[in-house]
Amino acid sequence: MSPIKPTGGFIPRDRNWQPDALTPPYKTSVKRSPQAALLSFPTTLSEETSPVFGHNILGELDNDLILNYAKPGESAIGPRIIVHGRVLDENGRGVPGALVEFWQANAGGRYRHKKEAYQAALDPNFGGCGRTITAEDGSYEFRTIQPGPYPWPNGMNDWRPAHIHFSVFGHGFAQRLITQMYFDGDPHIKLCPIVGVLKSQEAVDALTALLDMNRTVPMDSRAYKFDMVLRGRRQTYFENRKEGL
Amino acid sequence: MTQRLDYLKESPSQTAGPYVHIGCTPNFTGIEIYGGDLGTSMKTGPVKGEEITIKGVVYDGTGTPLRDAMIEIWQPDAAGLFASANETRGQADPNFTGWGRSPGDMNTGEFTFETVKPGAVPFPDGRMQAPHITVWIVARGINLGLHTRIYFADETEANAADPILTRIEHQNRIPTLLAEKSADGSYRFDIHLQGPKETIFFDI
Ligand SMILES: [Fe+2]
Repeated sequence: MSPIKPTGGFIPRDRNWQPDALTPPYKTSVKRSPQAALLSFPTTLSEETSPVFGHNILGELDNDLILNYAKPGESAIGPRIIVHGRVLDENGRGVPGALVEFWQANAGGRYRHKKEAYQAALDPNFGGCGRTITAEDGSYEFRTIQPGPYPWPNGMNDWRPAHIHFSVFGHGFAQRLITQMYFDGDPHIKLCPIVGVLKSQEAVDALTALLDMNRTVPMDSRAYKFDMVLRGRRQTYFENRKEGL
Repeated sequence: MTQRLDYLKESPSQTAGPYVHIGCTPNFTGIEIYGGDLGTSMKTGPVKGEEITIKGVVYDGTGTPLRDAMIEIWQPDAAGLFASANETRGQADPNFTGWGRSPGDMNTGEFTFETVKPGAVPFPDGRMQAPHITVWIVARGINLGLHTRIYFADETEANAADPILTRIEHQNRIPTLLAEKSADGSYRFDIHLQGPKETIFFDI
């Protein structure tokens, strides 16, 4: 018997694991959360397919936030880090060719955005976004500066832990995912109402990256490892087989 | 202790936050480091089929338009084929990507997609589905991206036989999934996150 490639529908999303839509301590969710029950049905071709992103869309510095907005000969200010990991599916297989986009505040916690109101200084050499596409084994890597924590209007004095936002595009539209990566040891993690929408410590841990000394570049950059898991497909060996075969 | 099922858990979702446009449509925010924003154009040349425009706004539960959302759509070409590596039924229109991404208008939040009317694709059991477009919405305040679908009000017959539309218990909510032709010839598809007109969202 040859190995079975999962080509069935996507495994249903675990709604007891993923955050709920309505999470009152995160105030913006109150008026932006659907209240009717979701309509559940098995995935169809519309969700089991997705666009293909070729490596040809990538510029040389797309995965280097230290340099991709910097003037020639200059670089972004802040602790230099490498973020690397793998995009996997729930079956533990690497997801090759996944588009991974990331964005973040600068080392002072400031975003380059006209609606940003935090007084921390902009870094003229830091744009705050990058992207890459996973390799054959699902691995990815980029270089950036460690973002700073920042205040945000929610409670009277709420601060986000340092984080990097991720958008991941796998092989099916059903896998589409946006999440955030946190840094191990950040004391803001347990205070944050957005982290607080997660339902278990296990879920918080799943988004908390560890320092990875094995991947640091001596005298240059530290490294953090962050794996992400997308929904997997069911295996279909016994599916669609006529009785008696 | 029993054996363990060794499946991994899907990464927990977190909100896209107020600055999703920096990451996914940076040129829109003035950060011009890529050639252009992905998903801005769904056509790379002359396309087959009926070319259509779809416009809409995402509203919160108070009726306020969202101006910090990102909307993505995914659909087959006019013949019902996807421009995807997982498409095994044939070769999709090479000039049509099937995928669009919009940050909405800076002031009004209105999104616009220049696309083609999708062809029909089958349900897993082989029955044909009505032509539709898959939609994914993320924004500040949305903890897990919302899936819905755009069907077309002028596809009465196909809609009446659609395996999903016919399964919906509250049939009076189906209009929330129907794009209607506007006076200017475009299709209108507003999305209501909450309230009496709340859009039907999908758990897929
Ligand atoms: Fe953020």
